[in-house]
Amino acid sequence: MDVRFGLNRHVALREPLPLDGGATLAPVDIAYETYGILSAAADNAILVCHALTGDQHVASQHPITGKPGWWERMVGPGKPIDTDRFLVICANVLGSCIGTAGPSSLADDGRPYAMRFPVITIRDMVRAQAMLLDHLGIGRLHAVVGGSMGGMQALSWAATFPGRVRAALVIASAARHSAQNIAFHEVGRQAIMADPNWRGGEYYADGVSPAAGLAVARMAAHITYLSEQGLTDKFGRGLQDRDAKTFSFDADFRVESYLRHQGLSFTDRFDANSYLYITRAMDYFDLAEEHGGLLANAFRGSATRFAMVSFDTDWLYPTSEARSVVHALNAAGAAASFVELSAPFGHDSFLLDVPALDRVVSGFLGAAR
Amino acid sequence: MTLRPDLAIIADHVRPGSRVLDIGCGDGALMAALRDTKGVDARGIEIEGADVTAALTRGLSVVQGDADTDLSDYPDASFDYAVLSQTLQTTRRPDRILEQLLRVGTKAFVSFPNFAHWRVRTSLLFGGRMPVTRTLPLAWYETPNIHHVTIDDFRALVRMRGIDVECEWFLSGDRRVSAAAANIRAEHAVFLLARKAGA
Repeated sequence: MDVRFGLNRHVALREPLPLDGGATLAPVDIAYETYGILSAAADNAILVCHALTGDQHVASQHPITGKPGWWERMVGPGKPIDTDRFLVICANVLGSCIGTAGPSSLADDGRPYAMRFPVITIRDMVRAQAMLLDHLGIGRLHAVVGGSMGGMQALSWAATFPGRVRAALVIASAARHSAQNIAFHEVGRQAIMADPNWRGGEYYADGVSPAAGLAVARMAAHITYLSEQGLTDKFGRGLQDRDAKTFSFDADFRVESYLRHQGLSFTDRFDANSYLYITRAMDYFDLAEEHGGLLANAFRGSATRFAMVSFDTDWLYPTSEARSVVHALNAAGAAASFVELSAPFGHDSFLLDVPALDRVVSGFLGAAR
Repeated sequence: MTLRPDLAIIADHVRPGSRVLDIGCGDGALMAALRDTKGVDARGIEIEGADVTAALTRGLSVVQGDADTDLSDYPDASFDYAVLSQTLQTTRRPDRILEQLLRVGTKAFVSFPNFAHWRVRTSLLFGGRMPVTRTLPLAWYETPNIHHVTIDDFRALVRMRGIDVECEWFLSGDRRVSAAAANIRAEHAVFLLARKAGA
């Protein structure tokens, strides 16, 4: 029994990780899970990269919420990312709070880093994952797969370690954060920082966290994950457990009640400082900027097969963003595929029941072997 | 797997190991054949999402897109061949597409149904109605073919644009017919085009 593989794994990598911001992190604690079995040739590994508030429990029960894994419909035996065929790895990203090094981890002085944790980038997350793969004895990935921020990591993987990625599947994502993306994130960050309990990030000692601010951040972000039509279909102007408006500021509307619940339940499982750090990393992401201002340069000479998937109701990372990546891939002569799928759920479509996505994922990963 | 007759002709005449862009590639049948039998590095553009998914499943690289707008995304001379099979007559500006084909590809294969085939002529002449034939199976209001073209029309266009016809093939069903009177006897035409030297 190789203890490096399985559920609820944790490793402290000794090698120092130099970060884009100039600081160095050591050791690098990473919490991760693996599913399936690594082939003798170590050539069947698929790295699944999670989104902003995701975690390593891609297809296993979440330890805090008790809910099923966040992509259980996609990852498992006989599923589109088939763990009977592939070794699937999912690691909690750098800066997060589910076991990987982040602002809530302890620094050398035995106290949580809080805002002393260095500001990190998407590429830093990817470099940490590469160190994890070294630890697991995996040189080259069969594929790297991700939606939303996970897609940014997949693109960054292909650009940073082209020789280690046979195929990259990028879903509902972009090669840079737009002004609108940054603006929404800033609303979230300011909500956290405006909470008097935030106290410059030093809230770990007494356990009184800026939950109200974090809940507002989540509420604002949650709206961006849904389509207007989706909200209308689900809630309309319906009232919550009452027959008439109360002429107060209670959650009269069902949509209000839903958002409040989403915000509140989020604070049980996520650290406010981690939310600051990871949204910052996303805002800093601009793959073209890392390559002399020309996105095509990120992919020149790449032997990786790429597939970009967008959803017609996703206004957070719209089809136009995916198309601009495809444009760059074509200009670089890379093997690129692209499809826009129709789904009613907005950005969240990549997590939900969209059979056409299942077909694209299983088709692309199955053929890339 | 058998290829459609016009695709079989194209597949027979693509140089092994070349780079091919198939515009309107459908489920990637031609691309897969070229890859598997000739070691061709093939890329595709297809407007139908379900076809793109089918091509992906074959391990092909296909971008969902529109020939009318998305060809301009590709660099000059990035392919040895651009292929446009049964698609020219569905585009908004076939003349511009033709220019794009020979910008992106050094050579171009173009195949299309011939609107001057005798069955079409008869239908229009005696029936007085837009023809519905085995090569043009849909009625005028639902056909994707918005720019019907004849073999002679096509020849005139390429001549006017200074494009060389390197080869031409004509089909009636899956049978080859000679170039003589092709404009009345052929249901389908396949052309291999190249920029005129120095042009």
